[in-house]
Amino acid sequence: MIELRNVYKTFTRKEVKIEALKGISLKVEKGDIFGVIGYSGAGKSTLIRLVNYLERPSEGQVLVDGYDLGAYSDKELRAAKKNIGMIFQHFNLLESKKVFDNVAIPLVLLKKSKAEIRKRVEELLEFVGLSDKAGSYPSELSGGQKQRVGIARALASNPSILLCDEATSALDPQTTQSILQLLKRINAEYNITVMIITHEMSVIQEICNKVAVMEEGRIIEQGSVLDVFGEPKHQTTQNFVKTVIQNSMTTSVRRTLKTEQGSRVYKLNFAGESASEPVLYEIIRSYNVKVNILFANTTEIQETTLGTIIVQLQGDPAQLEAALNYMKQHEVRVEEVKSYVLDIDHK
Amino acid sequence: MFSTSITSEQFLKAIIETIQMVGVSLFIGSLLGIPLGILLVITRPGGVLENKALYTVLNPLINIIRSLPFIILLVAIIPVTRAIVHTSIGTSAAIVPLIIYIAPYIARLVENSLLEVNPGILEAAEAMGATPLQVIWYFLLPEAIGSLILSLTTATIGLIGATAMAGTVGGGGVGDLAIVYGYQRFDKVVMVATVIILIILVQGIQSLGNTLARKIRRY
Repeated sequence: MIELRNVYKTFTRKEVKIEALKGISLKVEKGDIFGVIGYSGAGKSTLIRLVNYLERPSEGQVLVDGYDLGAYSDKELRAAKKNIGMIFQHFNLLESKKVFDNVAIPLVLLKKSKAEIRKRVEELLEFVGLSDKAGSYPSELSGGQKQRVGIARALASNPSILLCDEATSALDPQTTQSILQLLKRINAEYNITVMIITHEMSVIQEICNKVAVMEEGRIIEQGSVLDVFGEPKHQTTQNFVKTVIQNSMTTSVRRTLKTEQGSRVYKLNFAGESASEPVLYEIIRSYNVKVNILFANTTEIQETTLGTIIVQLQGDPAQLEAALNYMKQHEVRVEEVKSYVLDIDHK
Repeated sequence: MFSTSITSEQFLKAIIETIQMVGVSLFIGSLLGIPLGILLVITRPGGVLENKALYTVLNPLINIIRSLPFIILLVAIIPVTRAIVHTSIGTSAAIVPLIIYIAPYIARLVENSLLEVNPGILEAAEAMGATPLQVIWYFLLPEAIGSLILSLTTATIGLIGATAMAGTVGGGGVGDLAIVYGYQRFDKVVMVATVIILIILVQGIQSLGNTLARKIRRY
């Protein structure tokens, strides 16, 4: 478990103070895959580096498994770090050592016996699918393979937490996929809590169960990925969500849309159960509302289907109101889309 | 035209003296310079054992010694030399100033080699909870080894140049032969021969250094 309590971090460079983190509080529960997303400069890298005390907070506390890292002596802190693995954007492998020796390093630092090291390293290389590369140098590997070595190395000392600092940002989409699946497996098979820093919403969508959105050193939104994706409140969050889920009408639909008397446009968001019920059918049948579908899309997040439909509804105002209430009762989030007609149509 | 005033024994003796001076001062100079270079890197601001006081003393001290031309250093520290080897002339008397000359030079070269190591690797080491000594031994040195070998090669070649001045205190060596016989007595054969020997020596050491560095890097 990781907990940050009202953490501030200020850097002083050439007498200029830079506030990287401004009062961050968050809680990562055991077994979570917790994603932190933000644009570059949002402070997310500083944030993850606080969790293993590569950076010390200027104010506030960082607790790992309930213990305040700030209260530890240097020696205790080093011991605590063995429980926190970390992987990096640029892998940070020793170029002078073979894959085997790279993975072995944390065990060498722990002064394990040769036989023990051999057994554990072979097991780890097998797990990440690189058994045949034990004798290769990092320079002979592809980016994805290097990150697998990084992961094996991070897992060597049996940590309960794995920190991923932009771990897939230097990889192509396909390799990113395979690394993310590996992280998911680590989380599931070893029950390791994973914390991921990224600027790619697809990473969050793919494996995270919780997400925090950062901007200018603050967390502007956090919660379960399903909630944040389903109902992004902050503009930045909406922009991120837009990169993976299209949820607005195309320009050509908006251009041809007729504004008729008594017709209104609504965005309907379905999640989980509500996505499988014939709600639209009901409102047409029971409330005599005309439905014109302008846009529809479904996405799967955390094995839950998230659906968005934009409809133009037309009918008797009282009936329309009743139809909207009916949908709300059935867990459909209804939101009226105002300014949907493009300005050019009025000119 | 090809007549010369020195014997081949004299020549051989000079070569051995040069190798002796270079070898001993390189060995002891490395013993002093390598730890000094490591110290510079780890105590500098942001280093694994940041120590402002030590760094601010060490850094200018090395610069001061490095500012002295070897020929001046050689005579300036004669009292120190006498205190250490109980003589101020001969090969062993030349070795003391050579060590004092080369140790700070090696320290700087080592510092540069170690600073080239990818900071990300040190960050990974820190994230693993490595002690400062473990960071140096398991991360910093292995990553810098190829570059360190090339640095020591450069230092060795610098030393060969410096030994030419060792003649001032009767240190002998190939360089001394060139000055005393080749230059002062207009013995062209000695001059040409010593130049050829020095070229071969420098070329040989550089190739050896390059090969070793490449072999050890393997990447």
